[in-house]
Amino acid sequence: MNNHSAKLVDIIDLKVSFNSLRGVVWAVNGVDMQIYKERTLGVVGESGCGKSVTASAILSLLPKPQAQVSGKILFTDRKGITKDIVTLPPRSNAINTIRGSEISMIFQEPMTSLNPVFSIGAQISEAVLLHQQVSKSEARMRTIEMLSKVGIPSPIKRLNEYPHQFSGGMRQRVMIAMAMSCNPSLLIADEPTTALDVTIQAQILELMDTIKDEYKTSIMLITHDLGVIAAMAQDVAVMYLGKIVEYGNVKQIFKNHLHPYTEGLMRSIPILGQRSSGRRLVPIKGMVPDARILPVGCGFASRCPYRLPICAKAPPMLEIESGYHVRCWLHSKSHQKVEEKVEVIAV
Amino acid sequence: MIGNDNILEVKDLVKWFPKKAGLLRKNVGYVKAVDGVSFTIRKGETLGLVGESGCGKTTVGRLVSRLIDPDKGQMLFAEDGKDNNVDLAKLNGQELKNIRTQVQMIFQDPFSSLNPRMTVKEILEEPFIIHNMGTRSEINDRIAYLMRAVGLRPEFISRYPHEFSGGQRQRIGIARSLTLSPKLIIADEPVSALDVSIRGQVLNLMTILQESFGFTYLFISHDLSVVEHISERVAVMYVGKIVEIGSVEQLYTSPKHPYTEALLSAIPVANPEIKPKRIILKGSVLSALNPPSGCRFHTRCDYATELCKVVEPLLEDVTTGHQVACHFSGDLKLRGVEMFSVSASTG
Repeated sequence: MNNHSAKLVDIIDLKVSFNSLRGVVWAVNGVDMQIYKERTLGVVGESGCGKSVTASAILSLLPKPQAQVSGKILFTDRKGITKDIVTLPPRSNAINTIRGSEISMIFQEPMTSLNPVFSIGAQISEAVLLHQQVSKSEARMRTIEMLSKVGIPSPIKRLNEYPHQFSGGMRQRVMIAMAMSCNPSLLIADEPTTALDVTIQAQILELMDTIKDEYKTSIMLITHDLGVIAAMAQDVAVMYLGKIVEYGNVKQIFKNHLHPYTEGLMRSIPILGQRSSGRRLVPIKGMVPDARILPVGCGFASRCPYRLPICAKAPPMLEIESGYHVRCWLHSKSHQKVEEKVEVIAV
Repeated sequence: MIGNDNILEVKDLVKWFPKKAGLLRKNVGYVKAVDGVSFTIRKGETLGLVGESGCGKTTVGRLVSRLIDPDKGQMLFAEDGKDNNVDLAKLNGQELKNIRTQVQMIFQDPFSSLNPRMTVKEILEEPFIIHNMGTRSEINDRIAYLMRAVGLRPEFISRYPHEFSGGQRQRIGIARSLTLSPKLIIADEPVSALDVSIRGQVLNLMTILQESFGFTYLFISHDLSVVEHISERVAVMYVGKIVEIGSVEQLYTSPKHPYTEALLSAIPVANPEIKPKRIILKGSVLSALNPPSGCRFHTRCDYATELCKVVEPLLEDVTTGHQVACHFSGDLKLRGVEMFSVSASTG
């Protein structure tokens, strides 16, 4: 990731754990991730891999004191000032000026993320009034402009309607209008189309792409759908058990996918047009381990078909080529040597 | 009567749900969830039923399993061991109870479809008790056998559903549907609620079970990639009607209905180098409360003419086994899915 634009977000060694009644849950265990200006970073992983927690950490939305956050989230705002979001006190002015204005978020469930007792006009103009020095009528104009931008027909009329009067796809458009109303530099989209039908999903993905080009926004797109990633993202991070296991640009990930987990993900879902490959999928064995008991070595070792003795040790993040990283012993040049030693000892 | 190879022949099935409104709960109209649906399922095959939310696919499944009663239509079922067929739509009382041993259902949500206060053993033996079948030891043997068949350890039978993960619960749901050796299994979105890596495991299990027990699936799903993978034939529904039905190859490579074409093109392909030109349909699925006149798809169709607004097209043969409900199915050049080789994505 060297030859393109400047870093917008630089996450360094982010760790998040939660205290629960049944022990500490290690949700994110040392994530390094960069989001570049005007690019889309796709984050893929199964439920519980820490992808949504990472997103919440960027917005400083994690509940304190239950969540322990360490590491750095360096965010460069419009004025070019870099702040570490982790160190900003909760409910401070500093975080409130970033949240909603510099970074905004859309969620999976447009049904539950809109307030049912306020009209959508009131909800969007609230965001505008909070972050911009404008009068109420200017905020209203801005709201109407945003609603027509996201393709809601007759926005002046629909301004006064309530969330239940909109369909799922229309609600997600309202969410996007709200998120984009203050022209943020980063839009975090957490499974934005998972609850939608395929034809509506296609509409929303196209809308996100046009919005991104028009507003020069970066997008962090969290999803479990590899098809959505391939269509939308330029950079991809594959997460497993709180760690990034593979990180690179979209072509590197989809053509090579060196990590056994990424390979497993690609082979475990039916891909349109590949029926000729026979009726058996090659799913990943077992299931995601409990995040309360972290494995000592590689987190994927218990499910990995290529497991080596060395996998009992935590693998380092290896740079395969410029900007392409994999966390797996299989691709380590030194692993063969170590492996030989281990085998000698075993003999 | 019913063809020899067919297990089920559905003819002109209709289900309208009354919509009541106002203080006196007056009937203000009907939601035409299923409005004249005909299809056949052959013995031992999997028929995929796809469509967007609200198209009536789940209602069809519930009608076939007689969880709800149809208003009109026939559902001829080739009962095991009998020469003449029974009409599932006309059964009542004891006859209906008997037929339930042969028609079973797998539900979408493994969290709400298992009784949390029953152990796995109680869940699996309940069908035998209801139908007064088998001796104690036969039942126990059968339960242990089924547990192994769905990939669970027989020792787990004294556990409660909450002690299992989503994938394991879905396996219990599958085992329950298999207890009385049914001939037809209606699977309503059986993998939609599961994580990507677990989805592959459950799909493989369903295929393996079908190969060893030889039953027939009616596989209801909104996911066209999953349906392509598991089905031999596919039916596409839109607002209460089947618009196209054919073999997987016919439907996916040369769709004849514009809706099928749009659905196929809307699926994001997990390959960043293939950027198919997506057909973005206008609007969303229309309400079945007030379906438009003529062809129900004409409001969203790019190819619609005046004829489509007035005359409703009938489901007619275009080639052997491939039926389409479109006035212009012969004239339109529609794009299907390009079948690409497997090596591109597994390499």
